[in-house]
Amino acid sequence: MNAFNRRGLISAAAATALGIAALTPAQAQSQELKVGLSVSLSGPNSSLGVPYAKGMQAALAYRPEIGGRKVRLIVLDDGSDPTASGRNARKLVDEEKVDILMGSSGVPATIAISQVGRESRTPMIGLSPISLKPEESDWTVTVAQPPTLMIDAVVERMKRDGIKTVAFIGFTDAWGDLVYGALTKAAEPLGIKVLTNERYARADASVAGQVLKIVAARPDAVMTGGAGTPGALPYLALAERGFKGKVYGQHGLINPDFVRVAGASANGSILPTGPVIVAEQLPDGSPTKKVSLDFRAAFEKTNGTPSTDAFSAYSFDGYLVFADAAARVLAAKGGEPGTPAFRQALRDAIMASKEVVGTHGVYSFKPGSLYGVDQRARVLVQVDNGKWKLAP
Amino acid sequence: MSWDIALILGIDGIANGAVYLLAGLGLVLIFSVTRVVFVPFGDVAAFAALSLAAFEAGKLPPTVGLVAMLALLAVAAEVWTLLHRGEAARIPRAVLGWGLLPLLPCALAWGLTSIVGAGGQKLPQGLSIVTAILLVLPITPLVARVALQPLADASVLVLLIASLAVHFLLSGLGLLFFGPEGFRTSPLASGALELPGGLNISGQVILMVAAALVLSGLFFLAFERTVAGKALRATAVNRVGARLVGIRPARTALLAYGCASLLAGLIGVLVAPVNTMYYDSGFLIGLKAFVAAIIGGLTSYPLTAVGALAVGVVESFGSFFSGALKDVIVFSLLIPVLMLRSAFASHSEEETEEIDA
Repeated sequence: MNAFNRRGLISAAAATALGIAALTPAQAQSQELKVGLSVSLSGPNSSLGVPYAKGMQAALAYRPEIGGRKVRLIVLDDGSDPTASGRNARKLVDEEKVDILMGSSGVPATIAISQVGRESRTPMIGLSPISLKPEESDWTVTVAQPPTLMIDAVVERMKRDGIKTVAFIGFTDAWGDLVYGALTKAAEPLGIKVLTNERYARADASVAGQVLKIVAARPDAVMTGGAGTPGALPYLALAERGFKGKVYGQHGLINPDFVRVAGASANGSILPTGPVIVAEQLPDGSPTKKVSLDFRAAFEKTNGTPSTDAFSAYSFDGYLVFADAAARVLAAKGGEPGTPAFRQALRDAIMASKEVVGTHGVYSFKPGSLYGVDQRARVLVQVDNGKWKLAP
Repeated sequence: MSWDIALILGIDGIANGAVYLLAGLGLVLIFSVTRVVFVPFGDVAAFAALSLAAFEAGKLPPTVGLVAMLALLAVAAEVWTLLHRGEAARIPRAVLGWGLLPLLPCALAWGLTSIVGAGGQKLPQGLSIVTAILLVLPITPLVARVALQPLADASVLVLLIASLAVHFLLSGLGLLFFGPEGFRTSPLASGALELPGGLNISGQVILMVAAALVLSGLFFLAFERTVAGKALRATAVNRVGARLVGIRPARTALLAYGCASLLAGLIGVLVAPVNTMYYDSGFLIGLKAFVAAIIGGLTSYPLTAVGALAVGVVESFGSFFSGALKDVIVFSLLIPVLMLRSAFASHSEEETEEIDA
């Protein structure tokens, strides 16, 4: 059934794009704010891209007007191809004259869009954790948490749990490198020794050999550096070998399909995530609780299904950051939407964001840094019979 | 490395090897009868696994749509050929054989999910497994009818390229029908065999190895003792000669594809509980079985079996020594094997003008 929903969504998105292209009398819409979103609605990345698009629709329904101006959302599909996402961004800038670019579901695609944004002097809000050279990031911010922030939380938790030695098993690709790098960097000062650096490919069928090596090294705990469904493999193999220690994960595993495949083997594992995943369980004083619950309601109202993932919430946050900045620019009469002056003012306003409350965290951006979140953007959750429970 | 680790790795390797053995048998069977290196073999296995996963979730497997589509294409191809030859009278039979026969398992699957599983109750496991295998059974013959039979007399290279194209087609259709997510089914055999020394062999591993042994035994008997098996062997030895004594190459090819499909289905349900299967995970199984088949020279069943076990064991030890280089180690096996084979093989003339009909 999933495929049918997705196809429906794609055709809806295509129809929207076509419809907008068909009626472009520039005058009639000159006062509108235009948001350009490019995500993967088809191809292998679509399991992330579709929630991103749905989250943005929910955000638009949540705040359809900013400072008295209507907001128009233009969604384009990049077919899981970073080159296509660069093309999409150019189309959004040149043909639609969008005021802000947003995207995407993959890191390379996000970087491609940010380059177009920089070149065309259009502000860009990234929705996935990218890293850019400081001189290339002057038009870009991202609402995702930096991976080190998340993994530091896990390592601190290991320290609290009295872990002295930890074994690592992760993907052979950039994600595995990133997690391993962050783990070793955080573990050393806390006196935790990283014993192994085992790797497997996303498409591998078995990690029995790697897990044997880990069990033979007798670590207190295991840290996994996988993502999505293939990330379940070490959990299953460790359970099969009867590993009794704790298994820690990271936010790449916060995904319903991971829990489905890993089943009971993931029980008790501790993972970091944005607080929106466990919004209902957050204490009442938590800064992001209200927005998170609003997001849940808006998402269910717009899309007819409850939101279970972290990705749609990133879109929602990206929109909130944009809305906050745009409202400030409009209030200060910083120019008409659709003009270069407005885009410049919008970019300056985004870079000056202070304490914008979103679902994943509280955002304060400043020039020269991509990320705008702090400790409030992470919580640790525990897998409990297929559900995420806020870790005590 | 201590003895018990080596033993665990060895057992794991033999369990993997059993799967490659079955896949290797299928590859050699198809190649020797039709000269096609059947690349999509693993895809069919993956489809069987995903169908079983769908049954476990109480859903009608999307395989039904896939088979129906392929059957439609096959009927179209067959009708076109018959019209071309002016044998319109045989069309009803072709429609029956290529169109309706493959849909029988689909009807069975439909019945299973909508009648037995109507009240939301769990489908009986045995029945689901049999239906999952039956569902993928028509895929290989149908694909072969549509894409490979029209160029049955082309060179090995052309056939290889066509079969590669079929693989990409099937994995694309797999993504369309099954979606990008992976599935795992509940184990067929629970429990474990306790060995002295605290070593456990899980029931699933025993089942896999036993299935491989029994099936290769059955295949051996079928080839040695039955007329159909002898016809297959005759076609493998010499296609022209087989034709001269009244064996139809198209008929034997169909039989070979059917047998291979059956093997692929069995592999699918055997690996589904131990591996997370995606729409495209069959390709690696097929590729490693191909290494095994190359060790057997693409002709010898016993050597293929030895090769399959070697591939499985090398893979499992390779993943222990270096997880990242596991596949590199397995595929590097090909280099010494090919060197040895080319050093010792008697060079026969290229089979260029074997068939001209």
